[in-house]
Amino acid sequence: MLIYTLKRLVVALLVALTISLISFGLLYLSGDPATTIAGESANQAAIEAIREQYGFNRPLYEQYFAWVGRALQGDFGTSFYFKVPVTDLIFERLPVTLGLGLSAIAFAIVLSIPLGVLAARYPNSIVDRLALTISVMGQAMPSFWFALLLIMVFSFMYPLLPSSGSETWVHFIMPTVVLGYYATPAIMRLTRTGMLEVLGADYIRTARAKGLRPRVVLFKHALRNAIIPVVSLSAVQLGFMLGGSIVVETIFALHGTGYLAWESIRRYDLPTVQAILLVFSLIYIVLTFLADLLNAWLDPRIRVG
Amino acid sequence: MAALLEVENLRVDIPLGAGDLHAVRGISFQVDRGETLCIVGESGCGKSLTSLSLMDLLPPKARRSADRLAFDGIDLAKVAPSAMSDIRGNRMAMIFQEPMTSLNPAYTIGNQLEEALLRHRNVSGREARERAVHLLEKVGITGAASRLGQYPHQLSGGLRQRVMIAMALMCGPELILADEPTTALDVTIQAQILHLMIELQKEFGMGMILITHDLGIVARVADKVAVMYAGQIVESGTVNEVFENPMHPYTQGLLRCIPVPGKTRRGEPLGSIPGIVPSLIGEMKGCAFANRCPYTFEACLTTDVPLFETGSNPNAGRGYRCLLSEQQCIENAKEVA
Repeated sequence: MLIYTLKRLVVALLVALTISLISFGLLYLSGDPATTIAGESANQAAIEAIREQYGFNRPLYEQYFAWVGRALQGDFGTSFYFKVPVTDLIFERLPVTLGLGLSAIAFAIVLSIPLGVLAARYPNSIVDRLALTISVMGQAMPSFWFALLLIMVFSFMYPLLPSSGSETWVHFIMPTVVLGYYATPAIMRLTRTGMLEVLGADYIRTARAKGLRPRVVLFKHALRNAIIPVVSLSAVQLGFMLGGSIVVETIFALHGTGYLAWESIRRYDLPTVQAILLVFSLIYIVLTFLADLLNAWLDPRIRVG
Repeated sequence: MAALLEVENLRVDIPLGAGDLHAVRGISFQVDRGETLCIVGESGCGKSLTSLSLMDLLPPKARRSADRLAFDGIDLAKVAPSAMSDIRGNRMAMIFQEPMTSLNPAYTIGNQLEEALLRHRNVSGREARERAVHLLEKVGITGAASRLGQYPHQLSGGLRQRVMIAMALMCGPELILADEPTTALDVTIQAQILHLMIELQKEFGMGMILITHDLGIVARVADKVAVMYAGQIVESGTVNEVFENPMHPYTQGLLRCIPVPGKTRRGEPLGSIPGIVPSLIGEMKGCAFANRCPYTFEACLTTDVPLFETGSNPNAGRGYRCLLSEQQCIENAKEVA
């Protein structure tokens, strides 16, 4: 287990290194960063001054190491647009996005795993049909449309829930449902397929031959084996929802990092974009790493050589 | 006293689009405590479905029916699913053909052994553990206590089958169903496992149904034999009777397929039964073996053949399903020998 963990850790660090190079490269993607900061009307002297101030005239590798060094200490530079430290900007908004992402994945898991298990246990039954309907709808419905539909019903026709803002947990109900529902079809179908396959396995027959209760056979013997790919998928989905909740954040006026990223891209606020990319990539790497560890715990064939 | 297991006219049908597949077509047999019944037959003759149907472990689509299906006087055909699961793994246990895949890869050997006992007996975890160690030693696994923490993928096929046997024995069952328990194992291991099973069966006085296609195994371990063909028992009796005086042309054909040391000459072709097993879909007319039988005559194709009882002892269950006269069958058997 220790060796496995260390191996995964090395891989994670290598990925992080690659990501940091890409993030750093972003700054030069739009050409000369000094010109960008100075603005279109600036004269040559002003651009030179900025180049000197930000260190753009130094060799690239020096700039990279300086940037990584500062990033490791939590200093991502100053936002071109807000003129405040990027770190403050991100950490002010991160709780909204993290809260939304975590509650959305929790919603998706709580909805899709039991439904997937039941659908596999009773194939072609009413439950199976219901699961299929939910899953097809989730795949076909664009999340912005679903979000507007919810707002229409629960904020206007029946004013039960607030349609915008992020002050209380009530504000998060609709965004959570919209974002979580988006992740539901994939998780549910993977659970169903996995369970169907596992339920036909010889060791399930053995478990039944021991006279074990159907509940024990289903949840102890079958689910643990079927859930392994679902864990990896959920981690990917969560990572995706953290980075890709821009639409949902925009519609519900939640000022999270997704919204910030989108705004920063529009404003060429490169240090902010850089930092968001880096922070979310790191979160993603951590999630994948945790999923690997969880899978190793679930499947002894991974953890015991 | 009634036998431990009484089966009368057991049928297993699998509905298909084109009509029902009659996988097991009305078989009857009895097994007593301390007795080994071998069910022999080639692939697809309904042996495995027979054993699964006794445990009520048939695939969801298959349907079982029987005139009588009694285990120690309990009518298994009428018992509720929950009561059946109280018997399963407790008083009746099963050993499967595939040791490589029959253990759950996610749990330790110990966990999987102990849960059988914890399910059926009111024992502590420690007692279950002790029982597991005791039985692992019993099935010849060294370092039993340390094995409990191991996972299936760390054990060889032979060891896994030993674990499966220990698992079947956890609750001290009265009847063991073993479905080709040695087929997936190396030949050297096969003999060991077989010896082990017979020893344990004698020691605990269990009834055993051993399903196999290997007549060599039958000769070594069986008390009684039932030869199955196309979902029916075509011949039954004690092992000596069936091997010495095979009545049914199919049994005779099977026995001809075995090379006998000192008797079968080098280079001499081994016997084989030409033709293939008939389709089991839909109703079958006449003798199922008619299309492969060297003695087929007209009546074989049109008459359903009953099981003729024979032999001096009516309790031995000696019978055969052939229209030839008893005298004719005995004549044919001599040709075989």
